[in-house]
This record gives sequence, structure tokens and C-alpha cells, in this order.
Amino acid sequence: MNSVNPFQNKTLVYIATKLKKSAMDLLPIVLVITFFQAVIIRQPLPQLGEILFGTLMVIIGLSMFMQGLEMALFPLGESMAQSLTKKGSLFWLLSFAFALGFSTTVAEPALIAICKKAAEIAAQGGLISQDPAALKSYALGLRLTVAFSVGFAILLGVLRILLNWPIHFLIIGGYILVILITTIAPEEIIGIAYDTGGVTTSTITVPLVTALGVGLATIIKGRNPLLDGFGLIAFASLLPMIFVMGYGIFYFGIS
Amino acid sequence: MEMLSDFLRSLVLTGRDLLPIALLFAFFQVVVIKQPIANLSKILIGTLYVLLGLTLFLTGLDKALFPVGNIMAAQLTDPAFLLGSKESVDLTHWTSYGWIYLFAATIGFATTIAEPSLMAVAYKASEVSGGSISQWGLRITVAVGVAIGITLGCYRIVSGTPLHYFITAGYIIVSIQTFFAPKSLIPLAYDSGGVTTSTVTVPIVAALGLGLSASVPGRNPAIDGFGLIAFASLFPIISVLTFAQCTHWLATRKKLRTSKES
Repeated sequence: MNSVNPFQNKTLVYIATKLKKSAMDLLPIVLVITFFQAVIIRQPLPQLGEILFGTLMVIIGLSMFMQGLEMALFPLGESMAQSLTKKGSLFWLLSFAFALGFSTTVAEPALIAICKKAAEIAAQGGLISQDPAALKSYALGLRLTVAFSVGFAILLGVLRILLNWPIHFLIIGGYILVILITTIAPEEIIGIAYDTGGVTTSTITVPLVTALGVGLATIIKGRNPLLDGFGLIAFASLLPMIFVMGYGIFYFGIS
Repeated sequence: MEMLSDFLRSLVLTGRDLLPIALLFAFFQVVVIKQPIANLSKILIGTLYVLLGLTLFLTGLDKALFPVGNIMAAQLTDPAFLLGSKESVDLTHWTSYGWIYLFAATIGFATTIAEPSLMAVAYKASEVSGGSISQWGLRITVAVGVAIGITLGCYRIVSGTPLHYFITAGYIIVSIQTFFAPKSLIPLAYDSGGVTTSTVTVPIVAALGLGLSASVPGRNPAIDGFGLIAFASLFPIISVLTFAQCTHWLATRKKLRTSKES
């Protein structure tokens, strides 16, 4: 592009390439929205200036996040895997895995919102009483169940890497369990249970957990980072479904 | 001024997300490992980038993408729009919602491409595989899976089929595929289900699901509005496994052919 620019230096070029990359990531959304707005809905967008400014913020934010990912989150996850393996204490490694899953999930805003909603649905269906205290305790119980299940899932995933269990038997076994529990779980909890699997893994957790898994699989002899390092997130999206339906059965009895 | 207060509120929220993780790492580093972190200053700067970057990202989404996405989901599911120039439209029939399926598919694809968690996983997968898994290849495959999933999910809301029929069928497909797909890609495929649905996709898809179940007669938004996210996390697994199988099959066929010729 502007190759004769006297102000051009390495840092600027670096920042420009990063921004361009993020702009490419955003391009499909811009195209879809423009198409539907211009061709199908045919109404001008309200507050166009604000929208353009917001899009610019998204692009800059995404570039910074990706930079921070490479600088901090990946190295942190990997160095923790390395230090804990070197220490050789299974207890601390598993405690770390559990705590990472639990602590990042329990305060997740998306989860808090879903649990509140779930309590309202249960009250509407007459499953729990309408008073606020009952709603609150139901929502809190659900939240703790999900957080516990994510912690347990990361723990299980780490244990799988250590003991070299084949992942597909665990996952398919989990699927069979989900299907079986679905047949006896109360209807009001099923949709929520399925959705909690998707919302539990936040943008900060995913890179850390991935780095932890890949780090462990790189250090332990006889493990392949590609074959053994991934799969932790899969457990974290499967186990909450089972635990939440279990919570529903425990709370309301078998349907 | 309003922008600034939104930014600060978002900063506090992101900080709250980051805090338990920071405490956890600090605790393990100080109490268990008892060693200083290598490159501490670089990691602190990187964490600051993550904090500020995510805050900007979320504030920008709140300003630009979410309002537009919500307005569009509302407009497209509005019975007045569905009626169009026609005299009457059967709102209970699934063919009445053509534009919604197209919107669901394209917006599902587009938001998945912009999903930071998926970028992180694709980055790591490409690094670990020595570049044989391309970042864009994985992201596009996952995005196609999300597009198919959300479209089917919208069809389910309109037709009123129970959610677990689809999920059970999806699980059976994944289980069968697992036995034929190349082993090394299976864990990555399983992971790609969970990463698709975070910051960008969930709010827009949730708005679409709630809007749709509110305008189809006989649907209850409280019950039928849920479930789209489950579709969006199941179908990428199928699409990644399918892609892995196809490339593997093509590669073996090519190898066979070249070995026959020589």
C-alpha cells in the first residue's frame, strides 16, 4: 500500500496487519446485515454513525484481544501445565483443573441470566412455589450445579490426558447418558439443560483451557498434542447437560 | 459521555470475569509452585490487552451489532413482514418463513467467523498440527456447521418438533462418524462444538429464537425459544468430522492412484 510513507515503521505495519485481519473477521457480519437491510427489509438503519463507530471499536478490540492471547493467555496456560507436571503432584494438577472450570463458570453473566430465567419457567409451570426466596434458591442451586459440572469436566479431561483414555468412548458414553436421562427428566429442564452446555465456556476460559490441554499433551511422553491436547472443552459442554438434568430430577422427581 | 460510561461498565464486567482467573493463577504460582512466572511483565501487558480488547469488543458489539441484530430479528419475524403483499399467510406452516431461514443461516455463519474463542482454538490447532490444519479452513467448516444447525433449529421452532428428537439424531450421526473419521481430528471436532457459542453468536441467536417463537402461533417463547444454542453446538461437530473424512478420503484415493501408476 502506502510504501513511501516516511512515518512508516515496523510497529505501525504490525498494527495495520492486525487490524486488517480483524476487519476481515468482521466482514461477513457487515455483509449479511447490509444485504438484509438493503434488499429485504428496505429501511434505513437507525443511528448509522453510532453503528459505524461501534464496529470500529469491535475491530480494535478484537485485534488487542488476539495480541493479548498470544502474549498472556496461551503462555500462562502452558506454563501452568508445565510447572504442575514438573511438580509431579496429581492432587494439585487436578485441583487446578477443577478450580479453573469452577471459578470461571460460577460468575459467568450468561449463566446467571439463564438460571434466573429457568427459575421463572419452573415457577410458571408450578414446579416450585412463586415466592422470591424459592426462585432464588432454585437459581443458585442450578448455577452451582453447572459450575461444579464444568470444574469436574476439566478435571476429567485432564485425567483423560494423563491416563490416555480414548476420548470417543467417553464422549459417546456421555451422549448415551444424555439421551437416557432426557427420557426421565422433567420437560421444563430439558431445553435449559441443553443450552447450558453451550454457554459455559467463555472467551477467556477457552484459550486457557486449550493451552492447558495442549501443554499437558506436549510435556507428557507418548502423547500427541493434536490427538490428546484437545477435548477438554468437549467435556465442559457435555457434562453440564447431564448434571443439570440430574438436578431437575433431584428437585422435581422423575417425570 | 454515554459511550464512556458504557465502556467503563463493560470494563468492570470483563474485569470481574478475569478476576477469579487471576486469583487462581496467583494462588497456584505463590502457594503451590513457589516460583516466579517467566516473562511476568510481558504476561501482565498481554493480560491488559485481553482486558481492554475484550472490553472494546463487547462495548462495540453492544453499540453496533446487537441493536441491529435484534431489530432485524424482530422485523423478520413480525407477522406484518411475513404477510408481505400476500392476502394471507399460514403462519403455522414452515414454508412461510423463507427469509428467516436465510437470515438464520447467514448470520450464524457470519457471527461464528467473528467468534474470538473459535479463533483461539483454530490458532492453537494450526500451531500444533504444524500448519496442516488451516485456521480459515477450520473456522469456515465450523461456521457452515453453525449455519446448518441454526437453520434447522428455526425450522424446529416453527414446526414444533420436540428438541430431543433432533439432538438424539445428531448424537447418533456423530457417534457413527467417529468410527470412520481420522483419529487425530476427533478431539478437535468435539471441541469445536463448545467454542462456537460465546460472545457474538449467543445474543443474536437468542433474539432470533425468542422473536420467532413469539410470532409462530402455539409456541411458548419460554420453552421453545431455548434450544437454538444446542443446535449451534452440535452441528459443527458433524461438519468438522465430515470435512475431516472427506479430505482423508481424497488423500488416500490420491495416494492409491499414484502408487498404482508407479
